Amino acid sequence: MTLQTVLLVAAALFSVGLYGAISQQVVVMVMMGLELMLNAVILAVGGFWWFLSPAPDGQVLALVVITAMTVEMAMGFAVATLLHRTRNADMTDMATDLSQ
Amino acid sequence: MLNDIVFWLLGVVAVASGVAVFRVDSMARATYALAISFVAVGLILLIFDLEFLGVITVLMMVMEMAIMAIYMIMFMGMNPALMPMSMVHGKRPALVVATGTFLVLAAGALLIPWPERRGAPASHLTVSLGEAIMGSKMLVMLTVSPVLFATIVAALVLAVPGGRYDRLGDDLRRRPDFHRPPAGDEQ
Repeated sequence: MTLQTVLLVAAALFSVGLYGAISQQVVVMVMMGLELMLNAVILAVGGFWWFLSPAPDGQVLALVVITAMTVEMAMGFAVATLLHRTRNADMTDMATDLSQ
Repeated sequence: MLNDIVFWLLGVVAVASGVAVFRVDSMARATYALAISFVAVGLILLIFDLEFLGVITVLMMVMEMAIMAIYMIMFMGMNPALMPMSMVHGKRPALVVATGTFLVLAAGALLIPWPERRGAPASHLTVSLGEAIMGSKMLVMLTVSPVLFATIVAALVLAVPGGRYDRLGDDLRRRPDFHRPPAGDEQ
């Protein structure tokens, strides 16, 4: 187990999550892709912390990433609820006007 | 040696279940696969002696997947475990982008001359994390706390149907119209 192998696993996780975030149509599945990408970031931060500088700073950074994940999940579910209630939509293709 | 074996095992499980999220034929199974991926990463963090972060990753993600399952049942209006689905668009471009991203990240991971490890972990890592966020890294805590609170407020404002100001006006003096559907429920 080296930093390189940890980063390779993290890169694989990130890429799989990116594929899901780009290709999926259902809002909840897009969120799953984003979660997978953040999962990879958590793993990479843990690897950097262990193999480069095992100081508390790295743990605090990981805590911030986990917080970002929480915020993303909460706001994503809130927007999904709003979309479903106002338009009965659960697919990203039904809400393309949000990008404008 | 044992750590190496466990790491590879968990790494393979994390990536394989991550792939399974977008390969299985129902959203419920996708949720379980994502939960397994998160648990595997949480256990890898335990190998790095990050007990606190590993445990909260596992606990938080298992709860999140449970909430996600409820949302799927709410939105899809069916038993998602029994309903095969394949709802994707731009599959090939997404595959190309994801593969390219993996190659760039992997090249960076393998080609960058990473520096040597500096220092050693504290004897009590959770204590050192607590002391950091309550001491030298207090600004992080002071930022994260209002962000989380703002998230609660913003998520409620978005998710909850119109409140009393929608029904009674800004000065709360308008007579309520009981026949009008709540704001946001008009179809």
